[in-house]
Amino acid sequence: MIAARAVEKRYGPRRALRPLDLELERGGFLVVTGANGSGKTTLLRLVAGLAAPTGGSLDVAAGRGALGYLGHEPLLYRDLTALENLDLYGRLYRVPERRERAGMLLERYGLWEVRAERVASYSRGMTQRLALCRALLHEPELLVLDEPFTALDADGAELLDRQLAELAGTATVLLTTHDPARVEPLATARLALA
Amino acid sequence: MNYLADVAALARKDLRLELRARDTLPAMLLFVVSTLVVFHFALPTGADEVAAQGLLWVALVFTALLGLARAWAPEREGGALEGLVLAPCDRSAIWLGKSAAVFVFLGLIELVALPAFAVFFSPLQAEAILGVLLANVGICAVGTLLAAMAAASRTRELILPLLFLPLAIPLVVGGVGASVSTDPGRYLMFLGLYDAVFAILCWASFEYVVSE
Amino acid sequence: MSTSSPNSRVPLVSVPALAALSAALVGAGIVLAFWIAPEDADQGISQKIFYFHVPIALSAYACFGWGAWKALRLLWKGGERYDLESYVAIHQGTIFGALTLATGSIWAKASWNHWWVWDSNQLVLFLVLFLFYSAYFMLRFSIEEGPRRANVSAVYALFGVALIPVSFLAIRLAEDFVHPTTFTRDGPQMTGTMFFAFCVCWLAITVLAYTLYRVELLGKRLDANLRELREILTA
Repeated sequence: MIAARAVEKRYGPRRALRPLDLELERGGFLVVTGANGSGKTTLLRLVAGLAAPTGGSLDVAAGRGALGYLGHEPLLYRDLTALENLDLYGRLYRVPERRERAGMLLERYGLWEVRAERVASYSRGMTQRLALCRALLHEPELLVLDEPFTALDADGAELLDRQLAELAGTATVLLTTHDPARVEPLATARLALA
Repeated sequence: MNYLADVAALARKDLRLELRARDTLPAMLLFVVSTLVVFHFALPTGADEVAAQGLLWVALVFTALLGLARAWAPEREGGALEGLVLAPCDRSAIWLGKSAAVFVFLGLIELVALPAFAVFFSPLQAEAILGVLLANVGICAVGTLLAAMAAASRTRELILPLLFLPLAIPLVVGGVGASVSTDPGRYLMFLGLYDAVFAILCWASFEYVVSE
Repeated sequence: MSTSSPNSRVPLVSVPALAALSAALVGAGIVLAFWIAPEDADQGISQKIFYFHVPIALSAYACFGWGAWKALRLLWKGGERYDLESYVAIHQGTIFGALTLATGSIWAKASWNHWWVWDSNQLVLFLVLFLFYSAYFMLRFSIEEGPRRANVSAVYALFGVALIPVSFLAIRLAEDFVHPTTFTRDGPQMTGTMFFAFCVCWLAITVLAYTLYRVELLGKRLDANLRELREILTA
């Protein structure tokens, strides 16, 4: 699913990611750890296609429509409601029966009650849960999650645990975390960035 | 068809956001009317109608700048622009949807500004109004792209006028010409040419403005 | 001194050779323009400025075009070197543009006793372009270094060359209703010697522009390599 050879990323003279080799097979679950500034976020952005590598090669077998990304920002419109946000993304990702799917996800992540309220009124944990819904909306083959547990509250974290357990084996997952023990049972590969 | 549906969905999103927040449109409205009043005092008595026509265009360009400065604000706040870039839709659809929304906003403002101008100064001919419409296309197309560039910069609101004004000069020439010249057709055609050239350029190059 | 890196090709003509060539040509041009070519019957000594003003203007256009071409290559194929080459070309173009405005202003003052004349379409066009490309630098240096900056600069450079003909048309059309004080400003009628002097000056300024471009590019590449080295060593 992902094959990288000596992939690196520089911003002018600043090295954001040192040359790296990486392979992740379909259905694999890769956990990336490392100190702040070691390039975890950069690596995930490269895989998601938000940035292009400045050196080496990177092949990702999932196109934009098959990739779900959760970053540090929720990638949502603060003045739209949860339903409106998911409806827009559902439209852009050509999700079949997007209203039903959005409703199902919102219910699952405990956001059904607040579905018609603006995202600006949500707590941080709720926003992160909605961002997760956004990433899962189109049933992606490849999930790229950048420290997904950080902004989640305890309930949300439990929901994510369950979701990841469900997805392991069917979807390919690439995630970074400061707490690798949490996802250890699901991991098929581990990478520690210096 | 998917492309146009994407554009429509994106434009609708912007209209909905403005309807909800109601911050940009009222500001633009107040700005353009205030500007026209300032112009009344800025024109010495005996200044001809033609000078006033020129000032209309100044008012329109600066009012558009006011609106454009906020055009990408919703995308900036939650990082939604990256969300749009990640989606499988064509990146140029993002630009087109946003431009369409800005066009609607500008049009709504002009529905008030043009009659106000006619009342304060002098009535507008049909060619002048057509010129305004054609220039709107150019302003929205180019302005939306430049606003996206400015959003990537550290100095955001400061730099947008610097980027926009040189590119707006031909539009002002076309617009004023359509209003005052004895042969407005030439100027209207020129505005059409500007729109065609720059709209195509914007459409083709937006992808690169938002990609890394 | 070579700065061979994956980002540069080995050039055909070395910089010192270019510098010598441009010095020689500019010297020849000055001699031809001021001593050998005859004085213009109408405008007298002030016409001599023309030998430099027009080539400088043409070189500015060439630099902007070159910068846009490199920008297109960057967007089309990618390759960091194109970003630097595009930037340096536009930088040179802006400098030559400023010189065009300066020499044009001197000419206007010498010929018609005004520091600025709106009826010279050429000069007005350069004023608009100068504003446009000045904004280029403000834009470029307010974005962090990286592919975003390169892409945005490249798109802006392309807008520049689209603006040149459109602006020119606009200024022509504006003559209709922006009535400047009319001065006769027909191009000088050139005799054979004058034409030869003009051509030498044109060649000289063009070679000078290219030399300056190469010199600046060399310096900037060296600077970039040094910063990269420093980054690697301190990491």
